[in-house]
Amino acid sequence: MKYLDEFRDPQLARRLIDDIQERATRRWKIMDVCGGQTHSLLKYGIESTLENCVELIHGPGCPVCVTAPETIEYAKHLALLPNVIIATFGDMLRVPGFSASEVSQANPPLTSSVCPGSLADARTRGGQIQIVYSPLDAVELATQNPKKQIVFLAVGFETTVPATALAALQAEQLRLRNFSLLVAHVCVLPVMQVLVGDPNCELNAFLAAGHVCAVSGHDIYRALVSESGLPVIVTGFEPLDLLAGIRCAVELLESNNPQVVNCYSRSVSSQGNRFAQDVMATVYKQVDRKWRGFGTIRGGGLALRERFAEMDAEKRFGTILQIPIVHQETCRSGDVMAGRIKPHECEHFGRGCTPDQPLGAPMVSNEGACSAYYRYAPQTKRN
Amino acid sequence: MKTWHCPVPPPFSEKVVLAHGEGGKAMRRFIREHISSKLALGSAMDDSAILNLPQKQLAMTTDSFVVSPLFFPGGNIGSLAVHGTVNDLAVAGAQPIAISLALILEEGLEISLLENVLESLRNAAEACNVTICTGDTKVVQRGAVDKLFINTTGVGCLQTKFALSSANVRAGDELIVSGPIGQHGMAVLCAREDLKLVPTPISDSAPLHQECSALLLGLGANLRCMRDATRGGISAVLHEWAMDAQLSMQIDESRIPVSAEVRGACELLGLDPLYVANEGTMLIAVARDHSVRALEVLRQLNPATKAAIIGQVVPALSAPVVIRRLHGALIPVDEPQGAPLPRIC
Repeated sequence: MKYLDEFRDPQLARRLIDDIQERATRRWKIMDVCGGQTHSLLKYGIESTLENCVELIHGPGCPVCVTAPETIEYAKHLALLPNVIIATFGDMLRVPGFSASEVSQANPPLTSSVCPGSLADARTRGGQIQIVYSPLDAVELATQNPKKQIVFLAVGFETTVPATALAALQAEQLRLRNFSLLVAHVCVLPVMQVLVGDPNCELNAFLAAGHVCAVSGHDIYRALVSESGLPVIVTGFEPLDLLAGIRCAVELLESNNPQVVNCYSRSVSSQGNRFAQDVMATVYKQVDRKWRGFGTIRGGGLALRERFAEMDAEKRFGTILQIPIVHQETCRSGDVMAGRIKPHECEHFGRGCTPDQPLGAPMVSNEGACSAYYRYAPQTKRN
Repeated sequence: MKTWHCPVPPPFSEKVVLAHGEGGKAMRRFIREHISSKLALGSAMDDSAILNLPQKQLAMTTDSFVVSPLFFPGGNIGSLAVHGTVNDLAVAGAQPIAISLALILEEGLEISLLENVLESLRNAAEACNVTICTGDTKVVQRGAVDKLFINTTGVGCLQTKFALSSANVRAGDELIVSGPIGQHGMAVLCAREDLKLVPTPISDSAPLHQECSALLLGLGANLRCMRDATRGGISAVLHEWAMDAQLSMQIDESRIPVSAEVRGACELLGLDPLYVANEGTMLIAVARDHSVRALEVLRQLNPATKAAIIGQVVPALSAPVVIRRLHGALIPVDEPQGAPLPRIC
């Protein structure tokens, strides 16, 4: 199949692997920023094959994983209101909100609508939740159900933002009164800046996510590279894309030549997609946002502009959740996503935390590092 | 204030009403005109079917069908209700003889739609040479079911003296898949979500009894086990076999047949065809060096078959199922976790 088979060629993969192993004079720490990259690296056994010369550290680029539990709780609350339907990408369904102990220890006690569990749990309690494949499907749902309030759970990085922005514009054009967005969008560059700003940061290079760059362009990383001295290589998600990116990173590191290199030129340009950027900028503005596992990141999220204030679910339904919870999550997702520990180094991995009974989002998300380790890493890492 | 409406159907009703399931004249007429006639059944409405069977050892299975949408590329709930039950009998080494048919209908269902489903159910039963020997019809209030649910129970006569079972599987056995995987699951998903992919995946819904009989005849005791890879896809079957036999299943990604349309749809949605349901595709375990013979048998039935040898049974490894991808790395295949959910990006 075109664009797949040629990027999964075993002979070419072998050559790239040999080349990387030949070039590396030490074991470099390279962060793959996006969960899609993480899954490919594990699914195709690249991480273990390169173990001797590259330590791959899996970054925070899983939109499901970094969505704050407050957002999940708010979505669950809305889903249980009469006449409200939450429309969401399927990935969000199994992500746990607050844990049972957090809910029971809250002081003052939480309202009865806040129960432990995920959106899927809320659905079993009668919550109305509809999986959609595109934000525009949620707009359609609103036109088809004029008596229901449709709330789209707008999560994700720059990859999904243009589509949710288009949905907002379409809903505005249709003058829909029953469509709103619960916005939890996040931006990738600010979190990379937080990572390199950490005095304990041991990273040597980044593999930046190709689909984010297809929208934003790769020039956005220039300042990061010059400030941090870490090379940033833009890659796609197929095995050869990733191997070519890793080889490039090793080459730059060995020659001490940090720069931005685009190894995904079939999709990414330096300036990115101007139309998508314009749509994003029309609908959203950059704001500080709380990330699960990281805390508040400056400029780390997007919120609706004033023009779309009426479409803001939190304004429409009111901010009911001033959840007085001191975060004492047992899940160590923050450590995993910042690369401080590997998923299997977490004491809960495979014991108290499995895809069936997750403690945190990275174990359930299709892009979560813990789920990738659980799924693809040899079973010895599970025990 | 509650309003009352008369439960008796209008004389030329086009929709199913509660009275159609409440006994009495309306029900008798409904069954006669819209069900028995469509299934070409006799008019007798005795409480039990009497079956004349050639031997004592019977296989029996039951399955309920709740697929949505009712019609999808490659089939519908009617044909599926026959194929699903026939295949469960066939892979156990039984010749399907008869099936029962229980219908649960939602009040307000279009009768023409029901008739279309029954017509294809009848065609499928005829093609499989099974009799629809007994049945039941219930009508429930609107919203209590999604249009139409079907249960079929099937009986068949065992064709072998040895039972086919995953307990027979031995290290060294070879694994065959009888056709491209993931067709049914992706066809239903694309139809349900109206994904408009071109070309769209088409369900593999089909009976396997002929393939199963031919394999039994052609391979005898060298045929270890067969299993139709329904929910959970081939991954679920491989895990069951690995657990039952306390061995590992090793498969090779490059040898697993996947059609371009299923592959494309899976890539797009972030799904893995290993976990996607099939309804006319089975996994077959045969003794070492007998896989080529098994493929010959399948080719004699269908020269265009895409059946392929995909791997082998090996002594227990660190994971029950492993797959060889890319440059030879062996990667564990995880057990399916609930319904696969499409990813965000």
